[in-house]
Amino acid sequence: MESSVKKTVRNALFATVGMFAFGFALVPIYDVFCDITGLNGKTSDSPYTAVDVAVDTSRNITVQFVATNNENMPWEFKPAVSSMVVHPGEAVSTEFFVRNPKPVSMVAQAVPSVVPFKAAEYFHKTECFCFNQQPLDGRSETLMPLRFIVDVDLPKDVKTITLAYTLFDVTESFKTAAVDASAEAKQAVGTI
Amino acid sequence: MGDHGPAKGLSRWLFTTNHKDIGTLYLWFSFAMFLVGGIFALVIRAELFEPGLQIVQPEFFNQMTTMHGLVMVFGAVMPAFVGLANWLVPMMIGAPDMALPRMNNWSFWILPFAFFMMLSSLFVEGGAPNFGWTFYAPLSTTYAPPSVTFFIFAVHIMGASSIMGSINIIATIMNLRAPGMTYMKMPLFVWTWFITAYLLIAVMPVLAGVVTMMLMDIHFGTSFFSAAGGGDPVLFQHIFWFFGHPEVYIMILPAFGIVSQIIPTFSRKPLFGYDSMVYATASIAFLSFIVWAHHMFTVGMPLAGELFFMWATMLIAVPTGVKVFNWVTTMFRGSISFETPMLFSIAFVILFTIGGFSGLMLAIAPADFQYHDTYFVVAHFHYVLVPGAIFGIMAAVYYWLPKWCGNMYDETLGKTHFWLSFVGLNVTFFPMHFVGLAGMPRRIPDYALQFADFNQIASVGAFLFGASQVFFMFIVIKTIMGGKKATDQVWESAEGLEWTIPSPAPYHTFTTPPEVK
Repeated sequence: MESSVKKTVRNALFATVGMFAFGFALVPIYDVFCDITGLNGKTSDSPYTAVDVAVDTSRNITVQFVATNNENMPWEFKPAVSSMVVHPGEAVSTEFFVRNPKPVSMVAQAVPSVVPFKAAEYFHKTECFCFNQQPLDGRSETLMPLRFIVDVDLPKDVKTITLAYTLFDVTESFKTAAVDASAEAKQAVGTI
Repeated sequence: MGDHGPAKGLSRWLFTTNHKDIGTLYLWFSFAMFLVGGIFALVIRAELFEPGLQIVQPEFFNQMTTMHGLVMVFGAVMPAFVGLANWLVPMMIGAPDMALPRMNNWSFWILPFAFFMMLSSLFVEGGAPNFGWTFYAPLSTTYAPPSVTFFIFAVHIMGASSIMGSINIIATIMNLRAPGMTYMKMPLFVWTWFITAYLLIAVMPVLAGVVTMMLMDIHFGTSFFSAAGGGDPVLFQHIFWFFGHPEVYIMILPAFGIVSQIIPTFSRKPLFGYDSMVYATASIAFLSFIVWAHHMFTVGMPLAGELFFMWATMLIAVPTGVKVFNWVTTMFRGSISFETPMLFSIAFVILFTIGGFSGLMLAIAPADFQYHDTYFVVAHFHYVLVPGAIFGIMAAVYYWLPKWCGNMYDETLGKTHFWLSFVGLNVTFFPMHFVGLAGMPRRIPDYALQFADFNQIASVGAFLFGASQVFFMFIVIKTIMGGKKATDQVWESAEGLEWTIPSPAPYHTFTTPPEVK
């Protein structure tokens, strides 16, 4: 084969591999893009460290809470209060009620979304049940805590923020992960 | 090499490294898939002839819409263009063969296996893929039938085949041009394929990536597209359409090249605006990468996103308009004769433009909320793909068939085929605009009564169109078996290197490169 053909083929193969990698790179790019811009109503999935700022008592922001179950999720899931009025900069806490009506213990994961999207980056959660998977014994109920601060820099035209949670049943994947973890632990013990 | 001819029997086709043999294999494979995909379409149209459920159950109907789309896109249109490239690119640039003949053989022969695997899933428990050709997650992950894994591997194999084919075409065009054949002297079919090959290399790996993510979500517990695990189903749509939008140009650019060869011949004038054609093609290819989200206006994008994708999409009308203008201007005051390839090419220009206009309507983001997922969309993309890609391929077959087999096709039969196809296609797809604007959703086996009349008309047209393609097969076979001998130039004012060699084209051509003035 001529060397010029070889060179073309090598470049084309590099491009192919590069674009395959780029396809996967789109996943973190998408996440980062959404995190930075708050598009898609994505809020941060780790606790926010509160900074000392003066509470802006001149503004009243209505925060509405929506709780939805993903299909097949049998839990009862609702906010303790459906809406509250807060001032920007004020640390607020509320709770969500869950009840597992099934006789077996289950694990749930809540996924948050904020509307309007542009408010997402100004809605800080210092504590949220959505940061972790939530196990619950069969036929029991609990209150899950949420603490948040609405940023003082929230755009002036936003008067109402809706925080929606969708609750997913992740019992299966939790089990698989647990089995994997215990298998790894056993293996680790074995090597010692 | 000299007079070294083809091997005898089946091994000729299995082991061939000859670009003409491989081109023939691609074209026949593509035609077989065209008929299979056509049968699926006729099942759909038969079911939609009347409201209510008559012939198939909704589950099977969904498998039919999915398989029709997949087979037509990946089995019929794309291999047909690769087949034409195999036959024509070396002959047009004065090369003895493709740059990588063995890989050429391989890239064809993995294709039948991919489609065997995909089509066999129609007979497995749970049925074939039923989530539409766009296979949106979570329909294609959480709720998919078990056969989705076969589908994923089939897509991997098709992707590998396309990528190898494109690398081959790029290597051929860049390295094997005859002396004097500069880039800006290349025939437009070669140019459009050159650009298409780059598009394929850029996006087929992304398609492979997205189906790999699906595979991992289904079998290895990842959550790329599952919100419960921190993923996002909308991400699927973004990655899919990052592949999908360039893909629709992959299916049309080579057809642009074909009509740019045919219209000058039968207008007896050189192509108007050759340079601008090249630049327009390159611009369309570039723009295809930044418009993907116009397929997803309704997912809840911010206003800035809607506006960007709307304007970028409308911008594509500019280079496309340049092309249409150039074709019309080539015909203007030409000494036109209406042989079958020319009829198909003129129909291409007119009907593709109609499809382009409905595309512009869909590009208007606020209006798209009304049109989204209705039959208007179905009408739009069938107007660009059937008279676009399919008519382009048929025009090419009629135009170059005499060069390939040495016999002229029967002009009366060819024209009959054209008119049957032309009428059938318009009767099928034009009414879909109306039912779509009236609100009939796509991908449903049953519909409200008020859509019945237009659906019956569409179904009648579909069967006419389908039957006329069997007639097409008859014409092609008849021509291969015999007929009036073609001259070397075949057409009175055809220009290009492929018309300087004898008809039928000898097994080996341009073993010594021709001199291009």
